[in-house]
Amino acid sequence: MSQSRPFRLPKGGRLIDRAYQLPFRFDGRHLRGLEGDTLASALLANGQLMMGRSFKYHRPRGPVASGAEEPNALFGLGQGGRFEPNQRATTTALVQGMILRSQNCWPSLDADVGEINNWLSPMLPAGFYYKTFIHPRPFWKHLFEPIIRRSAGLGRAPTDPDPDRYEQAYDFADVVVVGGGIAGLKAALAAAKGRRRVLVLEQSPNWGGRTPVDHKGGEAEIEALLAELRAKKTVTLRRNTMATGLYDHGYLLAREALADHDPNAGIPRQRLWRIRAGQVITATGALERPLAFSGNDVPGVMLASAVRDFIVDYGVALGQRVVVVTNNDDAYRTALVAADAGLEVAAVLDARVQAEGELVQAVRARNIPVLTNTAIAKVKGSRQVEGVSICDQSGDGHVTGGIDCDVVAMSGGWSPVVHLWSHCGGKLIWDEAQAMFRPDPDRPPLGADGKGNVTAVGAAAGDLRAAGDLERDEGQTQPVWVMPAQAPYKLRAKMWLDYQNDVKVTDVELAAREGYASVEHTKRYTTLGMATDQGKVSNINGLAILSKALDQPIPATGTTTFRPPYTPLTLGTIAADARGDAFQPLRKTPMHDWHARNGAHWEPVGLWRRAYAYPKGGEDVHAAVAREVLAVRNSVGLLDASTLGKILVKGPDAGRFLDMIYTGMMSSLPVGKCRYGLVCSENGFLSDDGVVARLSDDTWLCHTTTGGADRIHAHMEDWLQCEWWDWQVYTANATEQYAQVAVAGPKARELLQRLPGTIDVSPEALPFMAWAEGELAGIPARIYRISFSGELSFELAVPAGRGLELWEALHQAGRDLGVTAYGTEAMHILRAEKGYIMIGDESDGTVIPQDLGLGWAISKKKPDYIGKRAQARSHMIDGNRWRLVGLESLDGRMIPDGAYAVDAGENANGQKKMQGRVTSTYHSPTLNRPIAMGLVRHGPERMGQVIDFPTPSGETIRARIVDPVFYDKEGGRLNG
Amino acid sequence: MAEALATVARVDGLGMILIRADLARAGDAIAEAAGLAIPEPTRIVSDGSRSLGWMSPDELLLILPAGEVAAALADLQQALVGEHALVADVSDLRAVFDLTGAKPDQVLSKLCPVDFGAFPKDGLRRTRAAQTAVAFWRQGKGFRVIGMRSTADYLGLILQNAAIPGSDLDPR
Amino acid sequence: MLTLTCPYCGIRAEETELAPGGEAHLKRIGPAGSDEDFEAYMFARANPKGVHFERWRHAYGCGKWFLAARDTATLQVYATYKAQTPAPTDEVIAAITAARPDWTFRP
Repeated sequence: MSQSRPFRLPKGGRLIDRAYQLPFRFDGRHLRGLEGDTLASALLANGQLMMGRSFKYHRPRGPVASGAEEPNALFGLGQGGRFEPNQRATTTALVQGMILRSQNCWPSLDADVGEINNWLSPMLPAGFYYKTFIHPRPFWKHLFEPIIRRSAGLGRAPTDPDPDRYEQAYDFADVVVVGGGIAGLKAALAAAKGRRRVLVLEQSPNWGGRTPVDHKGGEAEIEALLAELRAKKTVTLRRNTMATGLYDHGYLLAREALADHDPNAGIPRQRLWRIRAGQVITATGALERPLAFSGNDVPGVMLASAVRDFIVDYGVALGQRVVVVTNNDDAYRTALVAADAGLEVAAVLDARVQAEGELVQAVRARNIPVLTNTAIAKVKGSRQVEGVSICDQSGDGHVTGGIDCDVVAMSGGWSPVVHLWSHCGGKLIWDEAQAMFRPDPDRPPLGADGKGNVTAVGAAAGDLRAAGDLERDEGQTQPVWVMPAQAPYKLRAKMWLDYQNDVKVTDVELAAREGYASVEHTKRYTTLGMATDQGKVSNINGLAILSKALDQPIPATGTTTFRPPYTPLTLGTIAADARGDAFQPLRKTPMHDWHARNGAHWEPVGLWRRAYAYPKGGEDVHAAVAREVLAVRNSVGLLDASTLGKILVKGPDAGRFLDMIYTGMMSSLPVGKCRYGLVCSENGFLSDDGVVARLSDDTWLCHTTTGGADRIHAHMEDWLQCEWWDWQVYTANATEQYAQVAVAGPKARELLQRLPGTIDVSPEALPFMAWAEGELAGIPARIYRISFSGELSFELAVPAGRGLELWEALHQAGRDLGVTAYGTEAMHILRAEKGYIMIGDESDGTVIPQDLGLGWAISKKKPDYIGKRAQARSHMIDGNRWRLVGLESLDGRMIPDGAYAVDAGENANGQKKMQGRVTSTYHSPTLNRPIAMGLVRHGPERMGQVIDFPTPSGETIRARIVDPVFYDKEGGRLNG
Repeated sequence: MAEALATVARVDGLGMILIRADLARAGDAIAEAAGLAIPEPTRIVSDGSRSLGWMSPDELLLILPAGEVAAALADLQQALVGEHALVADVSDLRAVFDLTGAKPDQVLSKLCPVDFGAFPKDGLRRTRAAQTAVAFWRQGKGFRVIGMRSTADYLGLILQNAAIPGSDLDPR
Repeated sequence: MLTLTCPYCGIRAEETELAPGGEAHLKRIGPAGSDEDFEAYMFARANPKGVHFERWRHAYGCGKWFLAARDTATLQVYATYKAQTPAPTDEVIAAITAARPDWTFRP
C-alpha cells in the first residue's frame, strides 16, 4: 500500500493535538496517530485508505463517512476478553497501544481470497441464496448450510469473558435534548426556564455538531452557548452519550462511554442511562446521502461532508486532487475547505442544470471549474480512485471526458436523522422540495397524557441550514437517485446503495421485478439496510430506486421501520452489574453459612439455595442422601425449613377468608391446632399446600411451599383488595422473620427434651397437629408438631437472627443420638416413601386435588372456595382423569422421572395413546428398592395391573400399580 | 485514587414492628403508643432513635432500638384493643444498610428507578434496587436502605458495586 | 415502558415496579354459576385496540392493586383508580371521552 497518497496536512485539525503521538497496531503493523484522532483519521494519516472488505463481494472499501453512519470501516478491536468486532473506525477514539484487526478478509485485507465473489457478482444477485440452494433437498442441511454459515456473520464474536465492568443509572428530566449541535444547544437554552431540568446528550466527545466545521465563527458560537448552559444549575450536559432508543412514555435509553479510552481506569467502561423524559427534543442533525454512480464504492469516494470533516477536524486529506460531485450547494463547502487546505480541486460536477448559489459563486471565484448537468459515468480504479469519466446527467452515460483525481467527494443531499422520532410512533412526511423524509410536527410520538412528547429541531426537523452560513443563500437540491439519469444496466450494476451488505441499484430493481412491492419485503429480500449500520446512508436512496422501479411516488413506498438501537449497544451495558454474584439475588437462610461449611451440595429452589445433601468424607451425593434418610428413619434428622412461607392472616373475617382461600375448612380449626390445607387457583388447579396453624381467635399462620410464599401472599392480597374488600382481614408475609427447623425421627422428642425450655413436648401436651410456644434453648420459639416425613416430627420456628444458634444447639445436644442434618433430597424421598405429594412434582398446573386422592382435604360443607366452581366442570368429574397411584417396577429398575405409560391404540395424529406418567421416582433407602408415584387413568381402580413405560433407550420398564403409601401405611411412626 | 461514592455499612440491632390498621380510625392511638406522629403517605417521621414510616395506606413500619421492641409491641397491642389491626415483630425480617459519604444518592440512582431530584427530605420510598425489593429514606446526610434478610448479601454487593470509586454520575 | 401513577400512594411508578393483572372489572362467577357464565368469567377477555381497563399491582411499592384505563394503541393513560371500584366511575369515563369522543362504554 502506498504511503504517499493520503496524508496528514501540515496544519489544521481542530480536534487533534500534534504534540502527543499515540502508537497503535493495525493488522500487526506498528503505526502512530495523534491524541484526538479517531481510528479512521489515524489510519488515513498513515496512508491506510482501504479499511475493510464488503460483506458479500469482498470488495475493497475505505471509509465513506466520518460519523456513526459509517458502513465500511469496521474493525475487530482489542484482544482476549476485550476483543470487540465491528467497531466503527469513524467514531472510535484512538487510544495508545490499541490493537486493530481488519474483518471479512483472508488471509489479509490486501490479498483476500473471498474477492473472487466480486468477479462472480453477476451470478450472485439479490435472492441468490433463496433461489439456488433449494434442490436437492438433503444438500441444504449437509452441504449448503454449513458452507453458508461459515461465511455468514461479520466479524468474530469474542470467546473470553469480558473483563470490563458496566453499569446502569436512572435519570429524570423535564426536557431531554438529544444532540449537542447548534440546534440542540439553542433548544436547551430555550428550554432551561425556571426550575425545568434540562439534560443534553451528545454522542461524540465534541460539542457543536457540524457548526464548527461548516460555519465561520462556529466554534466560538458553540463555546458561548456552552458557557451559558454550564452556568445554569438546572442544565446537565453529557458528552460521549449516545441516545440509542426512545420508548413509551418518554423512556429514553442512552449509552455513556466512560472508560473506552482507558480500560484500566478501574471504573465502569460504559453506562446505560435509563432516562424518563417529560419532553424530548431531537436535535440529531442530518446524514448526507451518497450518489448512485458506477464505482461509488471505490476507496477514495467519500461523502463530501466527511472529506471536509477529516480536513478540518483531524488535518487529514484523503488525497491530493479532489473532484466534488453533487446535486446541492452544500457540497461546495468541501471544495472551498479542500482548496483552503492546499489541495487541488479538479472540478465540481453538479448534476443540476443550474447552479448559482452564493457557495457556488465562491467556488467559481477560486477558478475551480464547475460543470453543470454533469455526472460521473464511472470511477476509475479498483483499490483506490484514479479518476472519473464524466457524462451528461440527463443522458445514458455516454462519456464526454475524464478527470484524474484521487478523491471523489459526493453529496446526494441530506436526510434528517429521524430514528428517535420514529422509534416511538412519530410519523414522517415527504418533503418534495428538499427530497427528504422529515418528522411531521402534527403527528409526533405521544406521551402518557396523549399529547406529543417529542419535538424535532434543526437539521433533524429538515432545517438543513441550522448549522450553515445563514447569511448565504443556497440553491435548491435536485433529487438525483441514479447518476446519470438514463444509466444502462451495466452501470447500474456497479452503483452501490448499501455498502456493507453489497446491495446495488440493480438488486432493488430485481426485487421490484420479482414482485416485492412492499419496502419491508424488499429490505429483507435484498438485505438493504440490514447491516450493522442499519441503512443510515442507504435507506432513502434505496426506497427512491424502489419507488422508481414500481413507478410510484416515494411517499407511497414509505420507509422501513426505524428500530432501536440507533447504533449497536454493547451487551455488557444491558447486563450491567448483573453478573457473577450479582447475577441474581440468591436468597440465603439464616443457616446458609453452616450448610456451606458442612459441604452442602446445593439445590436451587426459586431464588433460594437449599442444601440438597451434605456429603461427608469420601461419600458421594447419593450415599449422603441415603445416610440422611436412614438417620431420620432410625434416630433423628434436622432440616432447614426456613424457606417455607409463613403468612399471618388476622381479623374478624380471617376465618371466613381462609375458608375461601383453602379447599378445606380453616374457620373451624381450634386455637392451638394445625391443619393441612390446599390452595387452588380459580381455575380449580392445585397451586400450593401447607400447614395452617390457628394462633388466636382471630389470627392464623399459613405455611406455604418454599416457592409459594410471595405468590400465595400476593394471591391472598389480590382477593382481599379486589373482591372482598369489605372483609376485615390483614395479612403479613412474615416468611423471613423466622428460621424454621424440622426435627424428625423416632428420637426427635428426646432431642428436644434435652434442650432447656418452657415448652412441654410430651405426647399429651403436644399431640400430632398441635403447636405450642415458649422458650427453647433460651430462644423464643414456636413448636408445631407436624410431619412431612411420616416420622415423629416437630417444626421449630425462632426469630431468624437466632436460627443458627438453635440449629447448632440441636446438633450439640443430639450428638450421641446421631443427629444428622438432612437436605431437600432426603426430604423428598422421605415424603415419597409416605405417599405425600409435592407441589411441582405431583402437581403441574393441570392437576386438581381430587386427582391426588386429596378429597379428604376438601370441605364438602362449604358453599364456596376459590376453585370450587371450576372443579365441578364436566371433564373434572367424569371419572376419566389421571389419578395418583404408586408404581412398582417389576424388575427392580427405576422408572425415569416423567416417563409416560403407553396405552393401546393411536390418537388422531397417529401417536400412541398415553394412560399415565411418572411424577416422582426415587431409590428408597428405607425399603432398598425403587419407588415411584404417578398419575394413571382410573389408577386407583386398577390396583395390581401392570402398565408399560417405554424409555428413550428403546427398552420398556413394566410397573405394577400399587398404593402410593410405600412405608408405614398405618401411620404409627408419627407418634414415635 | 478517587473515593467511593458512599460507604456501605450493614446495620444491626434495629427493631421493627409492622402495623396494619385503618390509619384514619386508629392513627391517634398508634401515634400515642409509638411516640411519633403518623407520617403522611410516602413519608417517614423520626424522632431520636425511633422512626415511623408509611408503607401503604393501611401499613406503618416502626423502627426502634431492638431492646425497645417488646415494650413497644405491648404498648401498640394495648392501644389497639378492640380495633381491627395487625401488629407483628418483624425485627428479623430485613437487612439494613446505611449509605454515608459524598454521593449516596448517586449509588441509589444506579439501582432504583427513582427521581432523587424530586425526593422529599422526609420521603420513604419503596421500590426496587436492581432485582430486589427495598425501601429507603434519608438518614442524616446519607440514606438508610432496608431489604429482605435473605438477599442481604446481594443487596450489600450491588450497593458496593454502585459505589465504586471514580464511577460518579457527574457529567464528564 | 409505561409509567402509571398509583392512586394509593401517588408514586408515578415505572412498569418494572408494577405487576400486571389482566382485565379489570370482571364479575366473579361462583359455584352457582352456569358453565357458560363461568367459562366467560374464566377465559373470555377483551383484547381491544383502544380503550382498555386493566388491573395493576404496585408490587415493589405499597403493594396495592389498582386499575388503569388505558389506550392499548396510543398508550395514553386516561386514569388510574382504586381497585375497590366495581365499574369505571363517571370521572374515568369522562376522562376517556374527553380524549376519545367516539368511544362509548360498554359494560
